Amino acid sequence: MPNPLTITTPGDTNIVVTREFDAPRELVWLCHTKPELLRRWYGLPDWTMTVCEIDLRIGGKWRFVTVAPTGYEMGSQGIYTIIVEPERIEQTEYYDDDWTKGGSNNAAVFSETHGRTTVTLTVTYSSPEARAAAAATPMAEGMEIGFKRLDAVLAEEQAA
Amino acid sequence: MNASERLDATFIALADPTRRAILARLKQGEASVNELTSPFAISQPAVSKHLKILERAGLVTRSSVGTSRPVRIEAGPMREAVDWLEKYREFWEQSYKRLDALLEILQTPRNTDKPKTKKPRRDDDA
Repeated sequence: MPNPLTITTPGDTNIVVTREFDAPRELVWLCHTKPELLRRWYGLPDWTMTVCEIDLRIGGKWRFVTVAPTGYEMGSQGIYTIIVEPERIEQTEYYDDDWTKGGSNNAAVFSETHGRTTVTLTVTYSSPEARAAAAATPMAEGMEIGFKRLDAVLAEEQAA
Repeated sequence: MNASERLDATFIALADPTRRAILARLKQGEASVNELTSPFAISQPAVSKHLKILERAGLVTRSSVGTSRPVRIEAGPMREAVDWLEKYREFWEQSYKRLDALLEILQTPRNTDKPKTKKPRRDDDA
């Protein structure tokens, strides 16, 4: 089984998501950059992706729109700033409802070892306030999350 | 403070390893500043400064009773920060689970119309 997902919050403005996949990175890369593949996995199971546009070149625009079961439409878009196929992709991200106050820079790094690929996604917000503001995302509201025990959190925060 | 500012204060408070260690200690029960200072190679004023930041975030409170004024952990703001991270985690876990399934389908040899039908030759690990 692939290593489990890890999420850490190093520094004041970053969120880092890491996950391993049992596939070569060329394939994982394609799943992140081809709309017909991306829309098959990105987002929550009960949300529908209605727009998935990717102009994969530096300065090219991307735009996603997902619709919640409640009918709420969440749109986000940005510009590709770095593309090193199949190793690294960086893009800006701005939500239509600008709760993150200025958007973020998202860097995804794909590294392969023995046919398995680790994806490291580093989201850098424009300020600590912006990172905190992401807490109010409608995306988050659509989910039912149980409260995890303080023990687990402290362990995770200490490991960060 | 509104919810966003509170969360921000929480993250700033949690960003420091000494403050996380203080919280881990307080998780076992309340303690005086003296008791909190002894495990760390820093001065009592330095610990007090960390405590002020933790207090501002609402992560700890200091009793006004007694000369030692014990410090105790408050779960509420921590819960907000955790809930947020858990929601964020849920989004990626759900998405990546679907990506696992998709990658498996794409690597099944039957799917000859897919971009990759077998694993490419492995690169040198050097």
